[in-house]
Amino acid sequence: MKALVNKIIPFSSVDGPGNRTAIFLQGCNFNCLYCHNPETINQCVNCGQCVKVCPVGALSMQDGKVCYDYTKCVFCDACFKQCPNSSSPRVRSMTPEEVMVEVRKNVPFIRGITVSGGECTRWRDFLVELLGIARAEGLSTLLDSNGSYDFSQDPELLAVTDGVMLDIKAWTSEDHKAVTGVDNTQVRANLEFLARAGKLEELRTVVVPGLFDAETAVREASAVAAPWQDKHPMRYKIICYRPMGVRESEKERLQQPTAEYLQQLADLARAQGIRDVVIT
Amino acid sequence: MRSISMETVEAKRAEILATLKDQTATHEQKVTYLARHAENFLTVLDEPEGLDELMRCEQEDRCICNLFEGDAPYRPRYICPDYPKFMKEGSAFLQLDPPKDLFEALNNLQILYHNVPSITNYPVYIGDLDLLLEPFVKDLDDETVKKALRLFLTSVDRTILDSFCHANIGPTMTRTGMLLMEVEAELQNAVPNLTMRVSKDTPDEFVMAGIECALRCAKPSFANDRMFRSELGDDYCIASCYNGLYKGGGSYTLCRLLLAGIAKRSKNIQDFKENQLPHVMDVMARYMDARVRFLVEESGFFESNFLALEGLIRRDRFSAMFGLVGMAECVNDLLAKEGIEGRFGHSEAADKLGVEIMEQINAFCNAHPAPYCEATGGHYLLHAQVGMDYDKNSTPGTRIPVGEEPAELIDHLKNINLFHKYFISGAGDIFPVDLTVHKNHKFLLDVIRGSFDLEIRYLSFYGSDSDVIRVTGYLAKRSEIEKLAEGHNVLLNTTGLALGATRNCHAQDRRVR
Repeated sequence: MKALVNKIIPFSSVDGPGNRTAIFLQGCNFNCLYCHNPETINQCVNCGQCVKVCPVGALSMQDGKVCYDYTKCVFCDACFKQCPNSSSPRVRSMTPEEVMVEVRKNVPFIRGITVSGGECTRWRDFLVELLGIARAEGLSTLLDSNGSYDFSQDPELLAVTDGVMLDIKAWTSEDHKAVTGVDNTQVRANLEFLARAGKLEELRTVVVPGLFDAETAVREASAVAAPWQDKHPMRYKIICYRPMGVRESEKERLQQPTAEYLQQLADLARAQGIRDVVIT
Repeated sequence: MRSISMETVEAKRAEILATLKDQTATHEQKVTYLARHAENFLTVLDEPEGLDELMRCEQEDRCICNLFEGDAPYRPRYICPDYPKFMKEGSAFLQLDPPKDLFEALNNLQILYHNVPSITNYPVYIGDLDLLLEPFVKDLDDETVKKALRLFLTSVDRTILDSFCHANIGPTMTRTGMLLMEVEAELQNAVPNLTMRVSKDTPDEFVMAGIECALRCAKPSFANDRMFRSELGDDYCIASCYNGLYKGGGSYTLCRLLLAGIAKRSKNIQDFKENQLPHVMDVMARYMDARVRFLVEESGFFESNFLALEGLIRRDRFSAMFGLVGMAECVNDLLAKEGIEGRFGHSEAADKLGVEIMEQINAFCNAHPAPYCEATGGHYLLHAQVGMDYDKNSTPGTRIPVGEEPAELIDHLKNINLFHKYFISGAGDIFPVDLTVHKNHKFLLDVIRGSFDLEIRYLSFYGSDSDVIRVTGYLAKRSEIEKLAEGHNVLLNTTGLALGATRNCHAQDRRVR
């Protein structure tokens, strides 16, 4: 069984506690306006647009498919910045074992792995196997999820997952649709389920003033999660929207929040009883 | 003693006058330099043949460097007194009784510091401060201890005018150690340098306090206690930049191979390995032998200095350091001469050649009988020297050159892991850390723990926007470097070295992690 892997970051300090290898899987069922890695959203349709813009000839068309030569790549990112399809030609199809070969290179400097995306749960069978191997080798396993997958129906996946870092992109369905294009009934169900199950590692909200009601999102999500903190320590990460990586078409209408506003939101989370709140 | 020509005398007189008139040097700095000029009128060493050609030649051809140690060694380069003994017994020469409380302990230590010589004339090791002071803090509240430490550390910074002065803490967690780091982070001083020895048993809480402190004031650095202990036993300390030496002992001397110069005079890899490197190593080892012999047999230091007479140091706990710099340039030059692609730190061929060279140097060192080095099995200890301010085209020790660090930290660490193990008397690498990116400092804890599970010996970190920075091994303040660059006097000798290292070695341009 294989998954499409957009990239693997050997050392990451921003994808969970300590130093972790972060694995980004391709494909997402949300389409967040502020997505900072839109090249992970869709699968490549082999349109060949990127082949034309590659400055070093690392990309070519062979039998109607885009081929990528890692050894020539200078990682200028021109290919996916020009992609009309929110994808990337650098995506590799890998088995869990192939991913683990990359992960093992970083042992013993890492304490675990975090699988992100895209939306990693779209590769559920792959995840079960990858996380199972990582666990067996003494690495902790975290998932970074948009919450669209019904975790309550998948004890097998939860059994190999130490925790989920759940995006709270908005609270009301209307707001959530404005940010992501889809409803969030499942996300809210997951928030409570994961918190109760002791599997909620982190809540995260990207703050974009005017796009959605961040105060309600932070307050309500905190209230749901806070009672379960003793089962599994959790952190609320209030994330400042930054235009880095965001699609040009969206950049103009998205604003950055002030430091004071972020602080207010952090205080809201604390007022609901969340002990570990960070602004980043 | 051999005679010297009038021409040499005149040249030296000109140098002395220039030192005397130097407006960027403080009075203390001038006195140190003048003493060195005087020493260098002597020709007492039994120098090996061929030394002049390798050491006293144009800079780009130089293969051996004695780090300005002077031509008539009259005290060991690095002295690491047995401070626990001093605390227990006091000193008859200094007319000090053993201390009964924290204030007496700190006062006694400061007095001793002023009487510990070294190559810089300042102490390069000032003790395991946490363990030395812990017995005296029991009945005192935190604020009192911090005030005493604040005054003590400020006095150390303003009177030991050289950041090769090094204190140790750990591997056990103590209240004194925690308070000391709290005060250091607040003071933002370049002196003393500080190392936390980290073992598997060192609690995460203590290491994390070290990391938080380092990200604010560039210290402590972290030493792999397991490695040092397995090589030197329990009584080792970290002195000067990051040198593993014996407590109650030290190092007679430190000379260094300039590997880039040796590669330059080699036709190819074979010539380097079979002719040039063996010749230069032989000359340097015999030069070090001559230095050690004069110091031990003729200078009278060990027969007359109170540290030796009172047992605070013992001659049989000294060794000497066989240093090297410029591995990266050496490997790159040799590969180019062979027409092989690849650069040190970026290709397997380059790293493999580097390891082969280290194996050869290590084998030589372990075979050369070193006089008066019974403490270390009768041999010198390898040392990855951190470079000098005047070095050009020569990267410290076996480091990857500034500006060429691999994009991924993991690749950098894997290279380091190949080399640190050879250098019992010290090797270390430095990483500036971007604190706006990394708010999760436990990632550094994982890097340190992982490194110390492997064969990485010594790591330093600092916040990339910090005023106190680690230059090559020692610390300096950016603000002081700027003052000196503008032509003003500055208090610390090492600020001058830092300015040179900034200009010549790009020491402030490391890849930020």
